[in-house]
Amino acid sequence: MSALTIPIRKFDAVIVGAGGAGLRAAIQLSEAGLKTAVLSKVFPTRSHTVAAQGGVSASLGNSEEDHWHWHMYDTVKGSDWLGDQDAIEYMCRKAPEAVVELEHFGMPFDRTDEGKIYQRPFGGHMSNFGEKPVRRACAAADRTGHAMLHALYQRNVRANTQFFVEWMALDLIRNAQGQILGVIALEMETGQVVAFHAKATIIATGGAGRIYHSSTNAFINTGDGLGMAARAGIALEDMEFWQFHPTGVAGAGVLITEGVRGEGGILRNSDNERFMERYAPNAKDLASRDVVSRAMVTEINEGRGCGPHKDFVLLDITHLDPATIMKRLPGIRDISIQFAGIDPIKAPIPVVPTCHYMMGGIPTNYHGQVVNADGSVVAGFYAAGEAACASVHGANRLGTNSLLDLLVFGKASGDSVVDAVKKNGAAHQDLPADFAERTLSRLDRLNTQKGGASVDETRLAMQRTMQKHCGVFRFKDMLVEGVAKICEIEQAVHATEIGDKSQTWNTARVEALELDNLIEVAKSTMVSAEARRESRGAHVRDDAPDTPAHPNGRDDEAWLKHSLWHREGSTLSYKPVVLTPLSVETIALKTRAY
Amino acid sequence: MPAHTMQFKIYRYDPDKDSAPYMQDISVEIDTAIDRKLLDVLTKIKAKDDSLSYRRSCREGICGSDAMNINGKNGLACLTEISELKEPVVLRPLPGLPVIRDLIVDMTQFFKQYHSIKPYLINDTPPPERERLQSPEDREELNGLYECILCACCSTSCPSFWWNPDKFVGPAGLLNAYRFIADTRDEATNARLDDLEDPYRLFRCHTIMNCVEVCPKGLNPTKAIGKIKEMMLRRAI
Repeated sequence: MSALTIPIRKFDAVIVGAGGAGLRAAIQLSEAGLKTAVLSKVFPTRSHTVAAQGGVSASLGNSEEDHWHWHMYDTVKGSDWLGDQDAIEYMCRKAPEAVVELEHFGMPFDRTDEGKIYQRPFGGHMSNFGEKPVRRACAAADRTGHAMLHALYQRNVRANTQFFVEWMALDLIRNAQGQILGVIALEMETGQVVAFHAKATIIATGGAGRIYHSSTNAFINTGDGLGMAARAGIALEDMEFWQFHPTGVAGAGVLITEGVRGEGGILRNSDNERFMERYAPNAKDLASRDVVSRAMVTEINEGRGCGPHKDFVLLDITHLDPATIMKRLPGIRDISIQFAGIDPIKAPIPVVPTCHYMMGGIPTNYHGQVVNADGSVVAGFYAAGEAACASVHGANRLGTNSLLDLLVFGKASGDSVVDAVKKNGAAHQDLPADFAERTLSRLDRLNTQKGGASVDETRLAMQRTMQKHCGVFRFKDMLVEGVAKICEIEQAVHATEIGDKSQTWNTARVEALELDNLIEVAKSTMVSAEARRESRGAHVRDDAPDTPAHPNGRDDEAWLKHSLWHREGSTLSYKPVVLTPLSVETIALKTRAY
Repeated sequence: MPAHTMQFKIYRYDPDKDSAPYMQDISVEIDTAIDRKLLDVLTKIKAKDDSLSYRRSCREGICGSDAMNINGKNGLACLTEISELKEPVVLRPLPGLPVIRDLIVDMTQFFKQYHSIKPYLINDTPPPERERLQSPEDREELNGLYECILCACCSTSCPSFWWNPDKFVGPAGLLNAYRFIADTRDEATNARLDDLEDPYRLFRCHTIMNCVEVCPKGLNPTKAIGKIKEMMLRRAI
């Protein structure tokens, strides 16, 4: 196939990904009458937003007093001050509206006795600037993501959004001036390759947790948007920051929501001790996720893990009223029975910290526009949700802020696209002559590669390397070695061989193409982590310990800045953190304690 | 490491090279410590033969991708315990829908029926500044309905759907129709009932109840269908 034979379809806008962020953006575009194509590897309701459990944060104050400014404070503190305070203010102020809007779309939230949206406590959610826990997480039992994703899809059905289901976007189209002009995509059912020529492109491809061996993420979470952006010359921001969720089911990796602790669940070690009291005397089990995960690993490393290999801790809700469990945590009970073989009404659940969320991503401002290293906007290019780095999560995300992020910035990116398309008028920019070259050579290579590495084994090698060299605790020597190993694995990725050459629903080809994206994410993570010689949020190194000069190992003088990884030459540059919010005063740097 | 061998018979068909579908015999070394679910085993088979095609994503029973026919009964591979399966384990695509390749079926008809029930909240009253209020009791009515994951296990186990996939909404679509009828915030109850008052769309359900037996989320479409019929009756009196 040559570029001349690729069918070209023209749209005002193309959205890659139909999870929460993509669907929220699509509503804005469809309702504004833009000709929009939404591409998704899976039927929209199968996107991984569906697996979110505990809630979406908004200072509705339905059960007790709350304020967006307190939410903002918690988010900045949670981010270990690496989050941009303009974007964080924007998100927290918009939260109540974003959640109420969803309710109006039909989302079946649980209710308080007065009929308002039910809210539960969550990690790091505090009232009055860090004073005491507050009920801020708006929930639909422990199936909030499922209820949300279906409601968003349903609203798109109402808006007649045009979906391209089971299409995988492969590469961005970028011209010499740096503008993004759409994507090239593969129809999985037929193997056909089509160019989607658009005035605006929104990346909403979600996370990439599959770079790790043990992850709460779905098989589809392979960082496709990040791989595409990196190959098109867009730098990736803050990739060293990955959240390890404290409570993945030991051995299975499946998520157990923080909402379990919000409803009163307690973490215990082999001495049956509620050990979080030692690590976070105030917030205890509801401290920020990075803090809880480190405490758990410390307990395990010091020999107080549970089970025959002393390699997990226990999440105990046996003291809760079974009726509460059945009403508020029914999905968790199912998951425990299915994947741990334990009914949590009767016995505690074995849990371990498990890779869960990518704080970094494609750099954007709070309008969802992708920005270059110098702060200028990349024309025609937008990103939202986990794939984007606005940056509202900084070095550590607060629970429930992911669902909020995708709502607020999905909508903001959609609004930005509607404005831009209306302003710039009808014409599409011309496609460059070589627009399909990179994609076609990737596909050609896969069709003809002989004697190459197996996709499965290469992916496994990458996942094991990430797990071992770039986990909850990081070590200088291991990181240096990790960079070398990942670069070696990268060579194998570029020479993978597939047995299946069929044009019809070729999942082997899809997995090989996904691995091209995963490796960009893995490499950017390892390289950025090796370079950041401080401890901050989820990034904690042995050579940056807690000292009086640098409490928690954080070094604001040297490292209060965002990392930008450039694929070309695998180099890093840095940009300042935005410390000035939109309307309130800066939340001043402080040592983080819970 | 506790290990044993298990026999599988898997439906294979690649239209690019096979003139007809066939059943492939495969024996797999099972490591009971890690191969717990059927999806774990499929992943293992695929690592050796990358041409085996099936859908999968979340691997925890919430996305609805990996529905298939397992020893004659529809279910999700990720929630099916390997130790509970009789050998040889026979895996086929969901029945009643066109097969695209191997265990992958064309779900167009299934989603067409889902879309036909207008699966979105209809309420033309301008919304209040804040959330619409709904009592906990009214919200309770949606339990057992909103949890549907659109995996199609139910509809593709229903003989009425096999016979009339173009005319009968099927259990998944009807369960979702009732999800909106039962929602106190929805104002289109009458229009929804009118739309279903049809010899095929609703009344092809003959309460065979295969749907209830196979639903991996433990939902009860037959009960929802009964409630719709009851409302129609009450409306007629």
